[in-house]
Amino acid sequence: MRKTKQLLTVIGLMTIGIGVAQADYTMNLMQGATKLSHEVYEMHMIALWICVAVGVVVFGVMFYSIYYHRKSMGHKAEQFHENTTIEIIWTIIPTIILVIMAIPATKAMIAIDDTSDTEMTIKVTGWQWKWEYEYLEEGIHFFSSLDEESNKARHVGSGIDPQSVPHYLLNVDNPVVIPINTKIRFLFTAADVIHSWWVPDLGWKKDTVPGFINENWTMVDEPGTYRGQCAELCGQDHAFMPIVLIAMEKVDYAEWVKEQKALVIANANAANREWSVDELITKGAGVYANNCASCHMGDGKGMQGVFPALSGSPVVTGDIETQIELIMNGKGMMPAFAQMLSPVDFASVVTFIRNDLSNTVGDSIQPSIIQEKQSAITVDEDDV
Amino acid sequence: MSAVTVENDDHHDHGPAKGFMRWIVTTNHKDIGTMYLVFALAMFFVGGVMALIIRSELFEPGMQFVEPQFFNSMTTMHALVMIFGAVMPAFVGFANWQIPMMIGAPDMALPRMNNMSFWMLVAGILLLFSTLFVEGGAPAAGWTMYPPLVLQTGNALPFAIFSIHLLGISSIMGAINIIATIFNMRAPAMSLMKMPLFVWTWIITAFLLIAIMPVFAGAVTMLLTDRFFDTSFFDAAGGGDPVLYQHLFWFFGHPEVYVLILPTFGIASTIIPVFARKPLFGYASMVYATAAIAFLSFIVWAHHMFLVGMPLVGELYFMYATMIIAVPTAVKVFNWTATMWKGAMTFETPMLFSVAFVILFTIGGFTGLMMSLAPVDFQYHDTYFIVAHFHYVLVPASIFMIMAGCYFWLPKWTGNMYDERLGKLHFWLSVISVNILFFPQHFLGLAGMPRRIPDYAVQFADWNMISSIGAFVYGFSQLLFVYIVYKTIRGIDCEKATDEVWEGASEHGLEWRLPSPVPYHTFETPPDEIPTEHF
Repeated sequence: MRKTKQLLTVIGLMTIGIGVAQADYTMNLMQGATKLSHEVYEMHMIALWICVAVGVVVFGVMFYSIYYHRKSMGHKAEQFHENTTIEIIWTIIPTIILVIMAIPATKAMIAIDDTSDTEMTIKVTGWQWKWEYEYLEEGIHFFSSLDEESNKARHVGSGIDPQSVPHYLLNVDNPVVIPINTKIRFLFTAADVIHSWWVPDLGWKKDTVPGFINENWTMVDEPGTYRGQCAELCGQDHAFMPIVLIAMEKVDYAEWVKEQKALVIANANAANREWSVDELITKGAGVYANNCASCHMGDGKGMQGVFPALSGSPVVTGDIETQIELIMNGKGMMPAFAQMLSPVDFASVVTFIRNDLSNTVGDSIQPSIIQEKQSAITVDEDDV
Repeated sequence: MSAVTVENDDHHDHGPAKGFMRWIVTTNHKDIGTMYLVFALAMFFVGGVMALIIRSELFEPGMQFVEPQFFNSMTTMHALVMIFGAVMPAFVGFANWQIPMMIGAPDMALPRMNNMSFWMLVAGILLLFSTLFVEGGAPAAGWTMYPPLVLQTGNALPFAIFSIHLLGISSIMGAINIIATIFNMRAPAMSLMKMPLFVWTWIITAFLLIAIMPVFAGAVTMLLTDRFFDTSFFDAAGGGDPVLYQHLFWFFGHPEVYVLILPTFGIASTIIPVFARKPLFGYASMVYATAAIAFLSFIVWAHHMFLVGMPLVGELYFMYATMIIAVPTAVKVFNWTATMWKGAMTFETPMLFSVAFVILFTIGGFTGLMMSLAPVDFQYHDTYFIVAHFHYVLVPASIFMIMAGCYFWLPKWTGNMYDERLGKLHFWLSVISVNILFFPQHFLGLAGMPRRIPDYAVQFADWNMISSIGAFVYGFSQLLFVYIVYKTIRGIDCEKATDEVWEGASEHGLEWRLPSPVPYHTFETPPDEIPTEHF
């Protein structure tokens, strides 16, 4: 019924024309949440209206000619084929228009490039297929991936109507939070392939290139939730790594920072306590769904020739240390999860894979052991 | 197009070989032109089916039919097939048929190489298709094949790269042949500045091809060695740079998109004067504008890379250089309009397509101008706005003019007039559906929908549905074109075409002074006199 209705709406729209389209059928660039994004919007509109004006003149002349200079109207063809004056005029006019457009564009470029005097820095790392955020001054660090509800609905044959999912494909588990009226510098890099970090309300996007660091800045005026997504093709789940940016009043932001720091301590405590196998398996199922299932599939059967099956895999059913090693360091297309998962998540997913997905190895690993291994890796890196 | 030439070779001591072998071994420019065009048409439908798979998946939000990885393979293969299998071969087909007849030459300069470049094209495309069946699936990193992503391709990678090598060699041989023909085999009276615009645009295109294809072949070979021989051209961990690939690719890629449009300009400049019954306005400025566009195409490549993190001055330079392209392009549009002005126009199918081309190409040009503004491109980049832009310059421009060219020259080639009523129906179906297909994609891009995604947020649902409806109407209405062409070749219920075909056409081009259908061999002795409408 809903689909029929939508189809009818669409056909209706097509027949009455786009002029009467409702406001919720977004058609234009958004003005955005920063001074810069407004400037970009203005420039877009100026360029658009210049094009419309030129189009009206050129197409007007053409249609006049098509109507009046037809053979069937008895018009006789004239045989002129050049006119130096008019050719010079119609070369100079576009040139002047271009210069007029280039001036504000140059100013905006210089403004966008100016990352001086920033008050805080957030480093963004693109991963297949999630974002990593590091608040360099505060020491806050987390990964942000597609929220669970969208993730469940997005598979072929999921049976879930995307319309019923709030902010389908534009929602994440851990949003990135910033204070308003603060000049923030973003540093961009990637861990595997090139991604592109795009929140339309900021007025720009930037590629994240593995091995290189790009930068950009923003200063948001109004508190709010701004949504975006990866804009550079980065593999099969390119459509499924959105960005949610929450801009807060400075006091609220300070509160958020406090919470995040408390969370770091809580996580450390959780890693230090003893976990039961059942606890780990239950927790691991969720971690698996969010981190592993898109390649190894929900049932662990993988995809033949591309992603190996985990059910009955020799690595999974063999020595637990080998499996931990592989997940930590990655292999081929598989990313290195050493820094991506908390000790609890890591231990629980390993335990889950060994005791579910048609595997019955029976053993488990404690988060505290994983934590030791992770800190060993960090120390190694620091030595370098 | 096949059977028509046989009965006309009674003046000659040898005609085409009999049977199937005629097509395998032929060195006749008309036969090879036919093969290129038929092959291009077949690939147009293969690439079209891929496009319809894409548009089916995007008909509504949620994943319905295919896995994301296969979707990515479809976007990649659709682009490669349409560019290298459909549009470029169609242009080479026209070049083969028309250039010798337009310049008064008996054949192409290098007929056996001509045959070889066609069959190498077929081999290259078949090799590309074979990747659909290898472990890991067809290439899925986009036709731009950016590393590191493309290096994650399964077993398809070396096949795809070798296929690009073959296609590149084929294109280079075709280009060499065209240049050799035009420089050496013109009728004595045919000075360079008297050549038809189609010949001019093709010679410029041929130089572009020779300059860029080796760069592309080099870049993909570097991918090959990075993947299999432990080099690190594009791997930062080994001292390389992934962005280096993008520079190499777009040094090829930007001129390449002009390869896909310049012959279109030539066809439009040939058709519009005939139906306006006037000489082309500003012949010389058309030639200079085409050459200027070709030159500029080499120095603007990084406007495809405004986001990769270039220094400010680099971005400003590429912005200014890109904006300048608007000037020669505008001159061409003004010239076409001035050619129509005060003519005595009639609107047969080729002219209808040409008028639609001028308007819709200009819309594609407008969005191109908007995208040249780097700060605004930070928003447009990698969205459906871009998809809308390049489809406007490829479908209602390049593809429309290929169709126009077929309607325009088929009566000359076959001796039969196509069905004008059906031709007009095909035009109106195409021009309406193509706008329903691509115009809403501007809105999608501006509203924030990235390109190359198999699933999208629900606010993009309506325009995607409209776009998909347009895609299906456009796709299926092209079957009508096949029917019309078949009917014309076979001469079913067709009027016979006169030698001139179009009223006054023999004042516009040498080919219209030949009998219809054209004999298997033409201009064995060069014509003494050529049309001088330009002066």
